[in-house]
Amino acid sequence: MKIMLNNRMEEFDAKSLTVQQLLDIKKYSFRMRTVKVNGRYVPPSEYDKTTINDGDNVQIIYLMSGG
Amino acid sequence: MKSQEIREYLKKFRVGIAGAGGLGSNCAMLLARAGVGTLIVCDNDTVEKSNLNRQFYFLHQCGMKKTEALIDNLKMIDEDINVIARDIKLDRHNIPEVFAGCDVIIEAFDSAYMKEMIIETVQSRMPGITLIVASGLAGWGKNETIRTRKIDDNLYVCGDESEEVSDENPPLAPRVTIVAAMQANLAVEILMNRKK
Repeated sequence: MKIMLNNRMEEFDAKSLTVQQLLDIKKYSFRMRTVKVNGRYVPPSEYDKTTINDGDNVQIIYLMSGG
Repeated sequence: MKSQEIREYLKKFRVGIAGAGGLGSNCAMLLARAGVGTLIVCDNDTVEKSNLNRQFYFLHQCGMKKTEALIDNLKMIDEDINVIARDIKLDRHNIPEVFAGCDVIIEAFDSAYMKEMIIETVQSRMPGITLIVASGLAGWGKNETIRTRKIDDNLYVCGDESEEVSDENPPLAPRVTIVAAMQANLAVEILMNRKK
């Protein structure tokens, strides 16, 4: 499948992925972040349940401490 | 629009600022100078000498609540500005009530955990409200890595999304203030495009 990940087209072998699987593949798992799929905020409790399919728009924000 | 017309226009708006540290105090200062009419600023900290390397406070204010010190400083810029400064710790429950009626909310927390908390709260409980988040501002230099990323109409991120604060990579005035200014600049842009 092809998805838009942070405004860039990316291709994956799988037909669909859960948010958690995408985070694992991209090795994003150890950082604080926020995920939106097609404009919808996905709470961390739903990372295992929310699937990402071909053509989806996924935004991941990396949250760094400091202010 | 002339400068005075812009001030008159921005006077009608209300901006929420979550945190009055390096990001929040500087962002409030810039929005006050631009002419935003009402600022709602929340922080439950006290001014410490170690804050003065980047925050909009002064030596004689050490020991004061940040909310009180910030009101004093903003009133020295514009005596008519309406500042609602609340000495509270923000959480999932009080954010929708505290920032009710705001046209834009600026995320100005220190901890990544709190940043995640306010994103979740505003996105899920305050639909249609624009949140401007800061992420990645530690250290110095690397001007070219700092940018604004539009996630969608209600969520923007300013910063490099990479440099985390640590003992060896502290937050310093130039980089923190650049990000605070980007947040303020984006807030002004959003308000200027809004009819009121």
